[in-house]
Amino acid sequence: MDDIAKQAVEAALAAGATYADARVMEIRTESMDARNGVIEALDREERAGVGVRALIGSSWGFFAIPDIGSKAARRAGEQAAAVARASTLVAGKDLGLVPETPTTGHWASECLEDPWSVSLAEKGDLLESVTRTMQEHGADLAEAGHRIWDTRKWFASSEGTVVDQHIVECGAAMSATAVGETETQRRSYPGIRGQYGTRGWELVRELDLPGNAARIAEEARALLTADVCPSLDATDLILGSEQMALQIHESVGHATELDRILGWEAAFAGTSWLELPKLGSLRFGSELMNITADATLKGSLGSFGYDDEGTPAHPVDIVKNGVWVGALSGRDSAALAGIARSGGAVRADGFDRIPMVRMTNVGLLPGTDSLESMIAATDEGIYMDTNRSWSIDDKRLNFQFGCEIGWEIKGGKRTRMLKNPTYTAISPRFWGALDMLGGPEEWTFWGTPNCGKGQPMQIGHTGHPAVPARFRGIRVGVRG
Amino acid sequence: MTTTERAMTTSGSTDPTAALELADRVVGLARARAGDAEVEVTVRQGTEGLTRFATGFIHQNVASEINHVLIRVALDGRNASTSVDGPADDESLGRAIDNVLEAARVRPPDPEWPGLANEAAAPAVDHFDEATAAASPDERARRVRAFVDAADGLETAGFCSTTTVRLGFANSAGQRLAGRGTAAEIDGIARTPSADGSGRWTSVQLADLDGAAVGASAAAKARTASDPTDLEPGRYEVVLEPDCVANILSFLLAYGFNGKAVEEGRSFAAVGDPQFDRSITLRDDVTDPGTLGIPFDIEGTPKRPLDLVRDGVTTGLLHTRRTARAAGVESTGHAVEGGAAWGALGANLIVEAGDHSTEALVAGVERGVLVTDFWYTRILDPRTQVVTGLTRNGVWLIEDGRVVRPITNLRFTQSFVDALGPDAVRGIAAERAIVLAGWDSIYLVPSLHLASWNFTGGAKG
Repeated sequence: MDDIAKQAVEAALAAGATYADARVMEIRTESMDARNGVIEALDREERAGVGVRALIGSSWGFFAIPDIGSKAARRAGEQAAAVARASTLVAGKDLGLVPETPTTGHWASECLEDPWSVSLAEKGDLLESVTRTMQEHGADLAEAGHRIWDTRKWFASSEGTVVDQHIVECGAAMSATAVGETETQRRSYPGIRGQYGTRGWELVRELDLPGNAARIAEEARALLTADVCPSLDATDLILGSEQMALQIHESVGHATELDRILGWEAAFAGTSWLELPKLGSLRFGSELMNITADATLKGSLGSFGYDDEGTPAHPVDIVKNGVWVGALSGRDSAALAGIARSGGAVRADGFDRIPMVRMTNVGLLPGTDSLESMIAATDEGIYMDTNRSWSIDDKRLNFQFGCEIGWEIKGGKRTRMLKNPTYTAISPRFWGALDMLGGPEEWTFWGTPNCGKGQPMQIGHTGHPAVPARFRGIRVGVRG
Repeated sequence: MTTTERAMTTSGSTDPTAALELADRVVGLARARAGDAEVEVTVRQGTEGLTRFATGFIHQNVASEINHVLIRVALDGRNASTSVDGPADDESLGRAIDNVLEAARVRPPDPEWPGLANEAAAPAVDHFDEATAAASPDERARRVRAFVDAADGLETAGFCSTTTVRLGFANSAGQRLAGRGTAAEIDGIARTPSADGSGRWTSVQLADLDGAAVGASAAAKARTASDPTDLEPGRYEVVLEPDCVANILSFLLAYGFNGKAVEEGRSFAAVGDPQFDRSITLRDDVTDPGTLGIPFDIEGTPKRPLDLVRDGVTTGLLHTRRTARAAGVESTGHAVEGGAAWGALGANLIVEAGDHSTEALVAGVERGVLVTDFWYTRILDPRTQVVTGLTRNGVWLIEDGRVVRPITNLRFTQSFVDALGPDAVRGIAAERAIVLAGWDSIYLVPSLHLASWNFTGGAKG
């Protein structure tokens, strides 16, 4: 397959590209969904094709064909150059690429138990049984599912980089919904959309869905009669690590994508409140805030060996001791921003989409406290966990997030359960209010398999190492 | 004609017969392996091209060919699906069929399996334009050039796209359908240092897209939205432009009129109840000449015109074969690929036009807010349809029927069904726009004047 990618690159160069790269990909997926004790859907997918990126002047041209033969690859290369050339009607300054030493290599994610070796019968039994358990414990609607993605890709560039990767990702999710007279309440496990990683079926076994099914169903039922989260202009807010993953993803990950900062995503995903001249000096949050983008973390959903322009994975500091110090970048955006090396954060959703800046594993480094110590140290506040809704403005500044469940904290103790908890803030003020962080034993690599960005839309897989955290003086309980 | 133009033309046949023939072939391959299997196959072929610009120049220009084969088999109600994107030779397809048959055999019988669609003709619809199907990257780039030039020095960003779809459906019960469609869009913003303004247009044909007019509109919005000041959050009348209205309908559809949401008790929708303002009539109608789309779904069910709300009364729901079986009714043709967990989704929603201009809607507002676009809307509770989101790309204060000043973006937390409830709609515009939110979600909608909207926060929190 390396040869097929090389032929595509050669064709693009022959057609006038000043730089070109190609990805040949084979992708297999499996998803199974159960509802109320019945397997409702079993879907598999096989995708194979080649996508070629050609640079002429200020624009990338990209062309993809669902075929992995030589003829198709050459045609894709020629067409990518032709598409790039059409862009000269609306040209800007020539795009440059920061240097990256050409490399060859192979990378594979660690997979202790091949998910394809687990029988469909066993997978189905698991999902059916946990949904039945949730029904027995109060769920009107009990849902569970698993996902497997198995990706092989071969990359070649006109600079001589030739790498291939085999990435297996999988995970599972379940949720219990209780239907009341005028509302519904839901509890999910392990998170709103489950938990996923670049791992094998061992991840699904570790989640212990059966051991948590009854609890979440009972919590969903209890939420129907729980008190509503009070509306307070300022209180101490403790977030569990799953909600922290969402908080990091939306308010730090997207805000630090260099293509957004440069305005390349202005019309759709948006821009960023961060301005390049302030890189290295702007205070993003409190001293406790340390964020890295690290695709080398083992088993996290944003892990890989090389990004989709062949840059080897490497960790990048994004926020250090509360100061904004880095961005998620690729070779073109880094060149334009004057950053010496690509952050290795360029990926595409399949062979038929152009690679673009995506989060890798953007996560918060742990502190020294724990969820229990935060609660004990809080006189009055709210503890919220498991994301339920998320909305943030196009500059990634003004957000309002909701959780599935909350608890009031009084005198250092968790007291009554609260439903419909929400909180809202402006990003740097919020992160500036961070004063306690969970420790390494609570550090969880949450996986987000549904990050949307780009036009045409691309769905990205990202990882978010997170710990519980406390924020002081936050507005909670926004209602319609 | 450039090399690109020739290649795009030859690779993009305009006839859906080949897609239907491939679907027939796959049904045959499956039945040769399992003569007792129920089999349904959807083949989607075509091309997508999207020319994207930002900071005033084209930075990403992409195109791809599509050859997608979706196969579902059932053996005594044990069913499974697979899809193939790639070479459509007998060996590749045979391997996928073997795989899906094996998957179906080992899963338990599905007590809710609804069986296959029987033979039925689809409405005669052909939302297709030959020239759009053959459009080159140069033609998209020329419209981008016109948009950028019309912004007259303002920074710009956006895209121009063309899509061609040829669909073939065949099943082992004898249902066979073919359809085709095209869509062209230009959508962008112009930017001043303090505000963005948007412009967009969608049509079945690229020739309808006037890049200069859309660019000039975006620039005018950006300029009049510049130097905004804050408005105290609270309840205000609103005039919502078409993109906002389509956004509202997307929630009413997925969490309300969706037959599965109703079956599960998560929906507000109650057929026969006056749940909306009497001025609201909402229908699903792919046959309307003003819309786009293909008149059947992935289960081979024809899409016939369907009233969802008539004069404020909820009159219909959307169904797939599975949700229809549970409700004891016929499918309405709203199954989408990968949508089993969601239910009935795909739709061509049309809001009946009113008789006002958008200017007349504004003139009817005592004190309210004019909103161009919504952004990042997320549901807080599906039953009550409480949604939070923000305004974007131009928002203004209206007083005594006149736009008096631009305001900074606002966050809202609002029940969408309440916003359109009895006595809540004060005016509906006569002019409508197509809003394309994917090939399966197409809206033909006017601007609306609503009595109350709950803004819960300003741009500064």
